[in-house]
Amino acid sequence: MTLDLPFIFLGLMALAILAYVVLDGFDIGVGILLPFAARSEHDIMVASIGPYWDANETWLVMGVGILLVAFPRAHGVILPALYIPVALMLSALIVRGVAYEFRSKASGWHREVWNWLFSLGSLAMAIAQGYMLARVITGFSDGAWQAAFGVLVGFGLMGGYALLGATWLVIKMEGDLQRRALRWGRAAALLAALGVVAISLATPLASPRIVEKWFAWPVLLWLSPLPLLSAAAFGGIWRQLIRLEGGASRREWIPFVLAVWIFVLSFLGLGYSLYPYLVVDAMTFRQAAASDESLFFVFVGAMIVLPIIVAYTLLSYRVFWGKAKALSYGE
Amino acid sequence: MIDHALLLARFQFGLNIGFHILFPAITIALAWVLFALRLCITRGWGLRDTLRASYYLWIKIFALCFALGVVSGIVMSFQFGTNWPGFMNRAGNVAGPLLAYEVLTAFFLEAGFIGMMLYGRERVPNWLHLVGTFCVAFGTTLSAFWILALNSWMQTPQGHRVVDGVVYAEDWWAIIFNPSFPYRLAHMLLASGLTVAFLVTGISAMQLLRNRSHRPAQGMLRVGIVLGALLAPLQIWVGDVHGLNTLEHQPAKIAAIEAIWHSGRGVPLMLFAVPNPAAKRNDYAISFPAGASLVLRHDPQGELKGLDAFEGRHPPVAPVFYAFRVMVGIGVLMLALAWWGAWRLWRGGAPTRWMLRAFAAATFSGWVAVLAGWIVTEVGRQPFMVYGVLRVEQTVSSVPAGSIALSLAGYALVYALLLVAFILVLTQMALNDARGTGTASDGSGAGRVGEHAA
Repeated sequence: MTLDLPFIFLGLMALAILAYVVLDGFDIGVGILLPFAARSEHDIMVASIGPYWDANETWLVMGVGILLVAFPRAHGVILPALYIPVALMLSALIVRGVAYEFRSKASGWHREVWNWLFSLGSLAMAIAQGYMLARVITGFSDGAWQAAFGVLVGFGLMGGYALLGATWLVIKMEGDLQRRALRWGRAAALLAALGVVAISLATPLASPRIVEKWFAWPVLLWLSPLPLLSAAAFGGIWRQLIRLEGGASRREWIPFVLAVWIFVLSFLGLGYSLYPYLVVDAMTFRQAAASDESLFFVFVGAMIVLPIIVAYTLLSYRVFWGKAKALSYGE
Repeated sequence: MIDHALLLARFQFGLNIGFHILFPAITIALAWVLFALRLCITRGWGLRDTLRASYYLWIKIFALCFALGVVSGIVMSFQFGTNWPGFMNRAGNVAGPLLAYEVLTAFFLEAGFIGMMLYGRERVPNWLHLVGTFCVAFGTTLSAFWILALNSWMQTPQGHRVVDGVVYAEDWWAIIFNPSFPYRLAHMLLASGLTVAFLVTGISAMQLLRNRSHRPAQGMLRVGIVLGALLAPLQIWVGDVHGLNTLEHQPAKIAAIEAIWHSGRGVPLMLFAVPNPAAKRNDYAISFPAGASLVLRHDPQGELKGLDAFEGRHPPVAPVFYAFRVMVGIGVLMLALAWWGAWRLWRGGAPTRWMLRAFAAATFSGWVAVLAGWIVTEVGRQPFMVYGVLRVEQTVSSVPAGSIALSLAGYALVYALLLVAFILVLTQMALNDARGTGTASDGSGAGRVGEHAA
C-alpha cells in the first residue's frame, strides 16, 4: 500500500493551523481584553494564560513548518506575498511574548507600559492574521476592495479571538470579573459574526470556481448545515451568556466550546472553498508537494511524536485546571 | 535592485539569527544548571535556603531568556521562507525535515513543559516537577542537536544527490551525522556552558559588590568559576579539532581565517594584521613565523592552501579574520579569568574586589564570543548557502528591497530596545535580590508573578 503523503500532510497542516487558531486565539483574546479590565485584575487574567501561551504558539511554527517542509513551492509563493503582514505579526508576537515576561518583573509605571504593549501586540497579531487570511482568500490580488476586505477580516478575527478570550475568562474567572467577561463575550460575538458573514459573502466573489463549488445542486443541500450550524452556535453562545449572567445556568464551559465549534465550522467551510488549492486557482497542494522520501522521513517521526505531544499538552492543561490562581515560581 | 534585496535579506536574517542565538546560548546550559539546583534541593545536598534563593533568582532569569529565545525563534522559522525561498525550493528536501524534527521533538517538548517548570512547583509532586525541568533542559539541547545538524550539513553536505539543481535526500544518517556535525555540536554546547558560567559569575559578582555577605551569590560565584575553569580548556581543545576538521572540508574558510593569500609552506600565524584584499596581502602584520603551518599541520613546514587556490569561491577575508581573533581572544581571557578565580578558591581565599570587578565586566563575554564564532563559520561559508552545492544568490527572495528595508528597520528597533530592556531588568533584578539577607522568603519584592496588586 502506498501512502498519499501530500494529502496526509495537507490534513496535518490543517489540524495544526486549526489548533493554533483556537489555542493561541484564546490567549491573544485575553490580551485584547486586558485594557477593559481594572488594573488590579490584570495579573489574574494574565495568570490564566501564563502556563499555556508558549505551547500554543508552537502550533504556529508547526503549521508554517509543514507548509515549508511538505509544500515548499507554495511556501515560496505565499510567504513572500504576505511579507509585510507576516513581518507585522512577528514583530507583534515578539513584543507580546516579551511583554508577558517583563510585566511580571517590572513595577510601577514600567509595568503599565508592558501591559499596554502586551495588549497592543495581541491586537496587532489578530488583525495581521485576519489580513493574511483575506489575502489568501483573494489569491493575493491587489486593489482597494481587497485591502478593505483585509481590514474587515482583520477586525472580524479580532472579534473571534476576543470571543475565545472572553469565554475562556468565563471559565477561569470568578465574581465580578467573570460577570464582565460575560458582557465582553456578547460584544465579541457580534464582531465575530460580522467577520464570519463577511468572509462567507466575499469568498465566492474571489473566484467563480468557488461559487460553482457551493451553489450547485445538490451539493448546496448537504453544505447547508455549515451556515445553519454556525448561526445556531452564535445563538447558543448569546443565550448561554445571558443565562450565566442571570444565574439561570452554571455551565460555564458552554460558551467556550461553542466558540471553538464556530471556528471549526468556519475552518471547514474555508477548507472546502479552497481545496485542493494552496494558492487560489494557481497551485494545488500536489503541485507544491516536496519529494516523497523527505515527506516519509517526517511522517514516521510525526506519527511517533504527535501522540506524545498531545499527551503532555493535555497533562499541562490538567495541572493548571480550574479557576485561575496567582502564578508563582515557587521558592 | 536585486543586489540590494540580497544584501538587505542577508542583513535581516543575520540580525535575527544573531539576536536569537543570544538566548538559546543561555537557556541550553542554564536549564541544566537549574535542573542540578533542583536536584540538590530535593536530595538535601547543600544549604537548602541558599540553594532555594539561588534557584529562585535564576529561574526568573531563565524565564526571561526563554521567552526571548522562543519569540525570536518563531521569527526565524518564518524567515527561512520569506528571505530564502530559493533555499527551500532547492534544498528544502533536506532542510525541511531537519527543521520539522526540531519542532516536533524539541520545540514542542520545551514549550509543553515550560509552564510546569516555571509555575508548577506548588501544583505537581516534586518528582513530576523534576521530570518537567528535565524535559525542558533536554528539549533545549535536542533543539541544538537538530539545528546544528542542519547547519553542519550546509557546511559539509553529504548523503544527498542533486537532480536539475534540486537536492534530494538519500541517506538521512549521513546527512545528520555529516563530517562537521559532532565538532560543531560539541563546540556550541560548550559555548553555551561558558556563556552561562560567565553570566552566573558576572551577575553573582555584581551582587557581591553590592553586598559581600549575600550567601546565594557566594555560592553561585563558586558554581560559575568551577564551570568556567573546567569548560574553558575543554572548549579550546574542541575548537582546535573543529578547526582541523574545517581545514579538511572547507579549506577556503581556513585560508580566510588565517588571511593566507598565497598557497605555500611554512605559513606564519597572524596575531594581528589588516587584510588588504586589493593587494592580496596583510598590512601592519604581527605574525608568528611558520605558526599557521604548525597549528594546522602540526609541522612548521606543512603546506597550506591560500585564497589564490579558491578564486571566486572564497569568503570575504576581513570579517572572518577579525571575528576569529575576537572569539579566540575572549576564549583565552575566559580561561585566564576562570583559572585565576579557581586558584583563589583552591587557596581558600575570598574573591578580591578587583576579581569581582573583572568577573562583572565579563558577564556577557560569552555572548560576544558566540556571535564572533557564528560570524566566522557563517561568513566563512560564503559565497555558498550549501557549501559547494548552492550559492547564496541562487536562493534570494523576490520580495522588493523596499519591503525588506522597512521590516528590517522595524526588527532592528524592536531588538535594540529589547536588548537594552533585557540587560537593565536582569541587572536590576540581581541587585534587588542582593539587598535581602539571602533567603528565599525575603528575596525581591516581585515574588509572585500573578499576584493581585490590590
